Amino acid sequence: MSRQAIGVTVVLSILAALIVARSLIGDGSGRVYTRTVTTEMVEVRLPASDPAAVDEEQARQGQVVTEEAWVPVDSEEAKKYASEGAATISWTSRKNVPYSQVRASPDDEGISFSWSQTLGIWLAALLTLAIFSFLYKDNPIYKTAESLVVGVSAAYWMVVGFWDIIIPNLIGRLAPAFVEANFTPGLTDLEPQWRYLIPAIFGVLLLMRLAPKGQWLSLWTLAFIVGTTAALRMVAYIEGDFITQINATIEPLYQVVRNADGTTDGYATLWASIRQLILVVGVLSCLTYFFFSLEHKGAVGKVARVGIWFLMITFGAAFGMTVMGRITLLAARFEFLFDDWLWIIDPNKQREVASVISMITG
Amino acid sequence: MGFFERIGNLDRRWIFLLMGLAVAIPIIIIDVTGFIPPELPMPKAKSTFQTLDDLPAGSKVLLSWDFDPATEGELGPMANTFIRQCAQKGHKMYFMALVPVGAQMIRSTTSDVIGTYYPDLVYGEDWVDLGYKAGNEAVVKTLVTDFNQMFPSDARGEPLSTIPMMSGIKDLTAFDAIVSVTAGYPGCKEWVLFASTPLKIPTVVGCTGVIAPQMYPYYPQQIQGLLQAIKGAAEYELLVNDWVRRDQFRNTLLAMGVEVSGEDSMGDLPSTSEELDAWAGDHVGKGLTEAQATEVRGFASEKKAELVAPVDAPEPGLFLEAQKRMGPQLSAHILMLVLIVLGNLTYFVTRRRGGGR
Repeated sequence: MSRQAIGVTVVLSILAALIVARSLIGDGSGRVYTRTVTTEMVEVRLPASDPAAVDEEQARQGQVVTEEAWVPVDSEEAKKYASEGAATISWTSRKNVPYSQVRASPDDEGISFSWSQTLGIWLAALLTLAIFSFLYKDNPIYKTAESLVVGVSAAYWMVVGFWDIIIPNLIGRLAPAFVEANFTPGLTDLEPQWRYLIPAIFGVLLLMRLAPKGQWLSLWTLAFIVGTTAALRMVAYIEGDFITQINATIEPLYQVVRNADGTTDGYATLWASIRQLILVVGVLSCLTYFFFSLEHKGAVGKVARVGIWFLMITFGAAFGMTVMGRITLLAARFEFLFDDWLWIIDPNKQREVASVISMITG
Repeated sequence: MGFFERIGNLDRRWIFLLMGLAVAIPIIIIDVTGFIPPELPMPKAKSTFQTLDDLPAGSKVLLSWDFDPATEGELGPMANTFIRQCAQKGHKMYFMALVPVGAQMIRSTTSDVIGTYYPDLVYGEDWVDLGYKAGNEAVVKTLVTDFNQMFPSDARGEPLSTIPMMSGIKDLTAFDAIVSVTAGYPGCKEWVLFASTPLKIPTVVGCTGVIAPQMYPYYPQQIQGLLQAIKGAAEYELLVNDWVRRDQFRNTLLAMGVEVSGEDSMGDLPSTSEELDAWAGDHVGKGLTEAQATEVRGFASEKKAELVAPVDAPEPGLFLEAQKRMGPQLSAHILMLVLIVLGNLTYFVTRRRGGGR
């Protein structure tokens, strides 16, 4: 066994031992508890909050105008307005319970261990470690986790695409009554809009890419997509990215900043003017660098050189921001592992009694 | 083999391990000690806060959550804080998403912030979840002219005509401000190009570090506030936490019959009964009249305790996430600086010895 393999084995063994030890210390870790909450509602007729909007005629005559509403069965409205045999509905939902509450009331029968959420946390933790394992080297565990991410994402997109795009935007327009009856109760406009057959046909044409013959038909849809997107963006980019940006650049180099009482703030004026000067020099020198009709020699070359410096500083800043973003994401994953999974830390004060740190520090 | 040769041939996995420790250890230390790295709010974070604070209570704010779990660590804290400021200020909040998983981010953040800390807010009257809408920039473009065409119902399937706070919303011009929390495309750039630039609607943006440099040119003409990555989120979080504490103190005083007039920032808030007496005396003519100050000083001890208790109360962990995450940033950046210096030294030393490549 090579020295490297021994080192990795030792590190992994220590990690595994720590996880096993953590599971046995105190109250263990990585568990979720939920409370079952039953909600019961009853249908009543309440005095309308805006009588004129419900029945203008009755409101004008001074009669009591009522409107249908669902209220909790134990509410004051239910006791006052619910009639005999009124329709009721009930459902149960589960709400997460902090572990400190579980420990404080162990005999509470409303609280139960949630297998599904606990499994979810352990799965998420192990998959996170599987992804981290790539830092050592490419391996089958990482490949499995990566494939899972790709597969789940694709499946998720397909389901979202069907329920959030195909159903409301296409089927819901062509057969609204069917959608209202089966998928989206509450749709008000139940008249079919036949013009939506056009995007439906374009959609089918796009799928022709998968057909053995007639793949060229999909080009019609692609041409439509490219054309409309280009047109849509061109207008917005000319206004937002071109004209407004030029407008923001062509400003006097001497920028006066005034105090609330109308006097000039010398310090702020100095820095605003320097900032404007840097902006103008940066824009002109960068444009010179990208101007290839003149050879970058002499004065042009020197200005272009300044432009390169501006570009490099910009790229450096962008890279720095990217690094900061990646560190934050790493910190967030560690927080998940330490908080939700291992119960080492407790930033939201949900299980102080069970966190390892609390046990150590007393 | 000398030190610099060893460094030059160091296996990069040791650097990964060092970076992992540089991020992991501060997380545990911060949780144990409660230490929060100090932050100084910069102009972009201040203007973000000010843009929403300048709107009168009850203003309509459109919040577009255009991010997913992959960037939740970076954008989640600022999303939570945006909701907190709007809820505390009393703005009407309209949530929507241009990316599919944004809908889940809306459910998660509203549940965490509104469900836990502002349970009195009524769905449909104070906030509404419009959910995800497919179409990228075409969605924004359509909202500019016709809101109902894009959103016939909310995320729960309730027709918008039955939701009280949707009455009068015909297009984007009905909104007083737009907040976009963005991970990439589609997101803040589309909001800037298709909505805030042509309609001149005040817009504030919170974005990942990766796309922040792309948003700089739009500030302050086309966007009025910009939170860049976790640093911007931490600064904004600090501003909002401080303001919420002052606002709660002001509201408690108002409930006790004492109205602090004007835009007084209230100075250092008192955390004991004695400090409260001194605070009331110091603020005569600065928000309080002589009679009000006397009334405050004459409060019963229980009333005084009720007034000062929230001042020193610990901030909920949910609203400290961004500031806490600046701890790992600090140690990771120090490590990177050390490695950069070491790497350069190694390069020059080995080159001088004839081993440079």
